[in-house]
Amino acid sequence: MHPAPSLIVFTVFSGLGFGLLAWLGLGPALGQPEPLGWAAFVWFGLGYGLAGVGLLASAFHLGHPERMLLAFTQWRSSWLSREAVLAVAALAVMAPHAAGSVFLATPLPAFGMAAAVLAVMTVAATAMIYAQLRTVPRWHHWTVPALFVVAALAGGALLAGQGCAALWLLLLLALLMIAHWRIGDGRFRASGSDAGTATGLGGLGRVRLLEPPHSGRNYLLREMVHVVGRRHAHKLRLIALALGALLPAVLVLLAPGSVVALAFAAVLHLGGMLAARWLFFAEAEHVVGLYYGRGGTAPTDG
Amino acid sequence: MSVQPAPDLSPRVSDEIRKTTCYMCACRCGIDVHMKGGKVAYIDGNRDHPVNKGVLCAKGSAGIMQHLSPARLRAPLKRVGPRGSGEFKEISWDEALSLAADWLRPLRATAPEKLAFFTGRDQSQSFTGWWAQAFGTPNWAAHGGFCSVNMAAAGIYTMGGSFWEFGQPDWERTKLFLLFGVAEDHDSNPIKMGLGRLKERGARVIGVNPIRSGYNAIADDWVGITPGTDGLFILALVHELLRAGKIDLDYLIRYTNAPYLVNAADGSENGLFLRDADGKPLVRDRRTGHAVAWDAPDIAPDLAAGVEIAGTTHLPVFRHLTDRYLSKDYAPDAVAKRCGIPAPRIRAIAAEIARVAFEEEITIPQPWTDFRGVRHETMTGRPVAMHAMRGVSAHSNGFQTARALHLLQILIGSVETPGGFRFKPPYPKPPEAHPRPHAGHVPGQPLDGPHLGYPLGPEHLLLDEADQPKRIDKAFSWEAPLSAHGMMHMVISNAHAGDPYKIDTLFLYMANMAWNSSMNTTQVMQMLTDTDANGDYVIPRIIYSDAYSSEMVAFADLVLPDTTYLERHDCISLLDRPICEAEALADSIRWPVVQPDRDVRPFQSVLLDLGARLGLPGMVKDDGTAKFKDYADYISNHERRPGIGPLAGFRGPDGMGQGRGAPNPDQIARYIENGGFWFEHIPEEAQFFKPWNAAYQNWAVARGLFDSPQPYVFNLYAEPLRRFQLAAEGYGSRQPPDHLRARLMEAMDPLPIWYPTFTDAATDPAAYPLHALTQRPMAHYHSWGSQNAWLRQIHGHTPLYVSGEVWRARGFRSGDWATLTSPHGRITLPVVRMDALNPHTVWTWNAIAKRRGAWALDACAPEAAQSSLLNHLIHELLPPKGDGLRWANSDPVTGQAAWYDLRVRIEKAPAGQRVTYPAHPAQASPVPNPPRDLAHQVKG
Amino acid sequence: MTSLPTHTERKLGLVIDLDTCVGCHACVISCKGWNTENYGAPLADMDAWGETPEGTFLNRVHTFEVTRDTAPPMVVHFPKSCLHCDDAPCVTVCPTGASYKRVEDGIVLVNESACIGCGLCAWACPYGAREMDGAEKVMKKCTLCVDRIYNENLPERDREPACVRTCPAGARHFGDFADPDSHVSRLVAARGGIDLMPEQGTRPVNKYLPPRGRDTLETPALASLCDPLPDTPGTPVQGFLGWLDRALERI
Ligand SMILES: Nc1nc2c(c(=O)[nH]1)N[C@H]1C(S)=C(S)[C@@H](COP(=O)(O)OP(=O)(O)OC[C@H]3O[C@@H](n4cnc5c(=O)[nH]c(N)nc54)[C@H](O)[C@@H]3O)O[C@H]1N2
Ligand SMILES: Nc1nc2c(c(=O)[nH]1)N[C@H]1C(S)=C(S)[C@@H](COP(=O)(O)OP(=O)(O)OC[C@H]3O[C@@H](n4cnc5c(=O)[nH]c(N)nc54)[C@H](O)[C@@H]3O)O[C@H]1N2
Ligand code: SF4
Ligand code: SF4
Ligand code: SF4
Ligand code: SF4
Ligand code: SF4
Ligand SMILES: [Mo]
Repeated sequence: MHPAPSLIVFTVFSGLGFGLLAWLGLGPALGQPEPLGWAAFVWFGLGYGLAGVGLLASAFHLGHPERMLLAFTQWRSSWLSREAVLAVAALAVMAPHAAGSVFLATPLPAFGMAAAVLAVMTVAATAMIYAQLRTVPRWHHWTVPALFVVAALAGGALLAGQGCAALWLLLLLALLMIAHWRIGDGRFRASGSDAGTATGLGGLGRVRLLEPPHSGRNYLLREMVHVVGRRHAHKLRLIALALGALLPAVLVLLAPGSVVALAFAAVLHLGGMLAARWLFFAEAEHVVGLYYGRGGTAPTDG
Repeated sequence: MSVQPAPDLSPRVSDEIRKTTCYMCACRCGIDVHMKGGKVAYIDGNRDHPVNKGVLCAKGSAGIMQHLSPARLRAPLKRVGPRGSGEFKEISWDEALSLAADWLRPLRATAPEKLAFFTGRDQSQSFTGWWAQAFGTPNWAAHGGFCSVNMAAAGIYTMGGSFWEFGQPDWERTKLFLLFGVAEDHDSNPIKMGLGRLKERGARVIGVNPIRSGYNAIADDWVGITPGTDGLFILALVHELLRAGKIDLDYLIRYTNAPYLVNAADGSENGLFLRDADGKPLVRDRRTGHAVAWDAPDIAPDLAAGVEIAGTTHLPVFRHLTDRYLSKDYAPDAVAKRCGIPAPRIRAIAAEIARVAFEEEITIPQPWTDFRGVRHETMTGRPVAMHAMRGVSAHSNGFQTARALHLLQILIGSVETPGGFRFKPPYPKPPEAHPRPHAGHVPGQPLDGPHLGYPLGPEHLLLDEADQPKRIDKAFSWEAPLSAHGMMHMVISNAHAGDPYKIDTLFLYMANMAWNSSMNTTQVMQMLTDTDANGDYVIPRIIYSDAYSSEMVAFADLVLPDTTYLERHDCISLLDRPICEAEALADSIRWPVVQPDRDVRPFQSVLLDLGARLGLPGMVKDDGTAKFKDYADYISNHERRPGIGPLAGFRGPDGMGQGRGAPNPDQIARYIENGGFWFEHIPEEAQFFKPWNAAYQNWAVARGLFDSPQPYVFNLYAEPLRRFQLAAEGYGSRQPPDHLRARLMEAMDPLPIWYPTFTDAATDPAAYPLHALTQRPMAHYHSWGSQNAWLRQIHGHTPLYVSGEVWRARGFRSGDWATLTSPHGRITLPVVRMDALNPHTVWTWNAIAKRRGAWALDACAPEAAQSSLLNHLIHELLPPKGDGLRWANSDPVTGQAAWYDLRVRIEKAPAGQRVTYPAHPAQASPVPNPPRDLAHQVKG
Repeated sequence: MTSLPTHTERKLGLVIDLDTCVGCHACVISCKGWNTENYGAPLADMDAWGETPEGTFLNRVHTFEVTRDTAPPMVVHFPKSCLHCDDAPCVTVCPTGASYKRVEDGIVLVNESACIGCGLCAWACPYGAREMDGAEKVMKKCTLCVDRIYNENLPERDREPACVRTCPAGARHFGDFADPDSHVSRLVAARGGIDLMPEQGTRPVNKYLPPRGRDTLETPALASLCDPLPDTPGTPVQGFLGWLDRALERI
């Protein structure tokens, strides 16, 4: 799939934002010290800001953002619609809690907890937009929502100063990243789709694209038939794993409680997640590639 | 759940439908042009039209984009920069026409042959030829000489008609169909419709083609033949059928010259038919053993035995034929390797032909009477049909290969019988019924007769007293005696060389001669721009009519911009290349469904205007004023012979005349009312056996196709060819030059033969191991398609397809480019692997490559940056053989350009090479740059 | 509207005959022509005369090669447009309700005025049947020519999809798959019509007829077809003449 910057920014930033908000919402319930007043303003502002940037980026991806309100209507069937509804709901429900913390120095834990649940659900819904797609076998797997949620919570924990939770979540994240890649690499083959099933000609012999339908370009090729070099991908995976999970974990471990270390870890984590998300899109093969000589196996040249 | 949207299910499609004829290719389908607010909104097929019955090809539907093309010329152009640069200024029509008249008037008065007027695939050849005849120049022809004259001439000389416009398979009844060397053909939609019908009925299709794409992809059986060897394959099938006795003897006796006795006596008559005092060929009557006139009543012509006269035995044609083709040289095992087809497969195909022809014979309960007066109660047919095109004809052995194919069709009795191959009127028409060629020119006078025709012997060649060719293209000379369509591909090089003489004005219409329709393109561009010692152009003047900013435009001194096909009158005439069907007579028109929004004029009207300015006979009234207002006026009022005009329908004052009748001023209106065409069914009893069917012959006379019945028999043995051989042997007063004798003896064989193509014979297979071909893409018409915003997305570049074998041997990977080298040139192209390909063949699409700056395309367009023409590798002459002569790269009988004889070698292009070669400088565009994006919708 | 109907009264769709399609792209362009002028926004072409033209097409023809172990390779032309799936994932993912499947005939459509151009439906479609229009930025897809098949401004005989009407080879058929006696249902039954990527669980309505057997012509039956003894070993001509003489006697 085309690793569109808008989508990478959307998923990473909104994930991080909702992750942070989730921690802020959960704070009272966990018995954590509450940021209040200006501190609350900064924390909540960061959370809202990150989620907002993410959502704004997603709007950039739209052909007609002015019709965005319509996207709230189909929550019964559409994960994208659910995500929109949940995101707004999370932000709205969080508002009394945030306002209470900032202006009245009175957090409203009930709102906070409900909003935290909604924030996590939002991230899960974002993930489900991808995980629901059978057409992208690498995505069509439980590791995707797990990865998105854990990444959001880990990043949120770093930002929220939840060092201990962050450490465990980052380690879990590392495991999930590896699992997602390892399992993902076999997903296309396991999907059972190949040029033979795509054309129905598989029973006759080995099927190979001879000529694409048009020599000119098209939307599908641009959007869904993206190829990354294997060696390039491997290197990026290591970088993503190191920056996104392992190094931040090491930092948290080495300097527990250090705000500077946490902040630095958060920055590394953000970089790693951007790389990981780039890979998430770039490595995902859509079955439509089978109609364009791609998918599963490399085009048979030899 | 919200409520389901309710889109408008009945939008208004158009205010009006205007029915005219497509011209995105020469197939000439009927189209419905949907108009909204006076603009063309949408085009689809005319359901009632005889050619396409409602269907339309990709080009046809994309006609709207051709009509709106940004490459359309806008006004007459006068060259201001050097030739080839594309620098012009727009001038008025008056200036343009005066200029042209000023250039041409003195030529006509002093040396009309100094005008060479050649046209492309324009479909008004009877008109342009008539104009050239009135002008008086012998130098006129259309593009047929480089296109398919081998096919046309072989068909006419053998059986009075060929494929495409001449005839078609009996799609409704055929049970076995063999397709030789066809990618698309002119009969684009009818062939597809026909193949669809065959598939629907479960008939078997065999595709003989080095490449399995397009039609060949849906063939039930594919014969991936090695290029240039079809003749050998076909004659091996003939061998097998003869060996098995699977031939239609009755048919051969009745309808062919198989029983004719061939003079075996030495001397100037050797090899000609024995004839009686009336000149009638003789046959041996089996009952009496005597030689009698072929058409004598109550005889049993023999095919086996000859007659002995004065100690010499004269054998029938059929014996010559069996002696030749039963030879082991034509056995499947002997030809298999050369053809690249395993011998068992050849035998299997022969067996299938035999089985279907003789065990699935079909009979129609339709009585008919033959020209001998014999009544037949039924029509019996052998449901094996064949069709061939340029895969056969674009080789230097194409004429004889096409003859071999007709021989095969005739031997099994499948021509003009149900289930076989059927002629379309005005064919069948034997060579004798066609005119001879003419080149008698006198200053100020019209030519002495029609330019083109069918020579019956050396006496009909167009040679002057010094035995020099009279025509600039050297058509009808010893180098190409039967060049029935002229040789347009030789015009520029001959004019440049001043051989046989110099010309003054080259006048071209609708032919991209500076690019894809010339061999040796780079040098042709040079010839067009070469100057002499005085700095004058070697070809002094070039006038060109095109509708678009093509490559050729850049080389003209004066450009006469044409309209698009939706903006003018045209006439698809029985006098020319009609749209008849095997069961019907038909012709059609185009008419301006919209008016041009630019300062352009229909070329035919311009030609009439020019003719009137020059005072050409037939184009001016007695008072010297123009006789015809425009082409539409000509179409309805011109008479070729009394009662016979360009259009056959709605003739006479009452519009009831069919074929014959006085001009009708309302004729065009009647055509428009009728959907743009006219159509008349051939009577049922005249549907088959047309050359011999009295009812057909009489009907054809009534419709003005002939002035008297013209029954004839098929020429398995072509006597006119033998007359040229006799000359080559030294008989007769007109003698070929010595260096051509051996070649004429071989090539002018009166019985079909096969010889290797000239290129194959002269090529070291180690140096140039591969054959290189082009194919026409179904969605493009030559160079026109690339300006079309929709079509160019389908085929925007020219990948080189190579077989798996070559792919492996050369270590290609996807994304690689290859260098192709011929003895004449070198090009580079991106490679694509294709396994369903003869292993010794590579190919690419024809005419997609463009010169930078042409066609209003971006200079970086893939058509220029990732494409190349094979034309750069093909020379109009063969490489020197060391005999001091240069031999033409064409068929020795007809002069047809041998495009597909090309041999090449392939190498991986250097790593990183991503540009095509050769690189030509860009031409300036005489039209403005197009907008970037397109989203065209006519709001109703 | 994004939920799929549990049942549609009719199941309109296409049968595409891979045995007959010659790959001429006629259906591609007639579709482009009709849909540029009709349903919704025109189908745009970006950089139309430039270096990288990219247009919207609702139907495209791919070409595949099938190599076989014991027979020559085959080439198969493969037209593809929306298959109007019964379990259309493109519909259920749509956040706005712009994508929907019609209850009365099963046609899957995009209501362009409700489309936000998110592209998710195109991602959900396994077949590449949806393309975002480069100029209008709304999702485009085959409408099964819903504005032709019911169009009262068209004569009865023209109320069929543009691509079907134009296909020169007759490789495209339109009809109701819910009716077992329809032309399309019968074709599918007779020729073993198949689904594309059944493992995707989309239950496509459109069906493909696989190419018939290729290159099956068997080796010589000619001997059995021969008249007695035309062929004498060694001297084919002599043997032939004997046969010829006898044959001519029979005429
Ligand atoms: N769409 C479209 N239609 C066209 C045209 C066009 O440009 N576009 N052009 C029109 C014109 S001017 C013409 S002349 C006709 C030509 O119509 P075709 O004859 O169909 O055109 P070509 O593309 O020349 O196809 C030649 C075919 O012969 C095969 N071939 C080459 N050499 C051999 C050989 O030795 N043996 C055999 N058996 N096959 C061989 C090639 O592989 C190719 O498939 O098409 C007309 N129709
Ligand atoms: N390598 C290779 N070369 C080939 C062939 C091949 O098979 N292989 N085939 C050969 C054959 S068979 C042919 S027929 C030729 C075809 O070659 P051409 O006859 O040159 O064909 P086009 O490129 O279509 O050029 C025709 C010209 O007519 C112009 N034109 C289009 N419409 C109109 C109009 O309405 N009015 C006027 N006045 N002009 C118009 C176009 O703009 C174009 O410049 O190519 C030959 N060249
Ligand atoms: S075959 Fe196509 S381009 Fe040619 S006349 Fe017919 S519709 Fe037009
Ligand atoms: S083919 Fe694709 S776009 Fe059409 S209904 Fe099925 S999933 Fe949706
Ligand atoms: S692109 Fe339009 S139709 Fe497709 S899912 Fe988004 S809103 Fe729905
Ligand atoms: S049914 Fe209509 S919209 Fe669909 S592919 Fe055919 S022409 Fe295009
Ligand atoms: S129009 Fe018919 S034959 Fe041509 S590509 Fe489309 S389906 Fe195939
Ligand atoms: Mo041609």
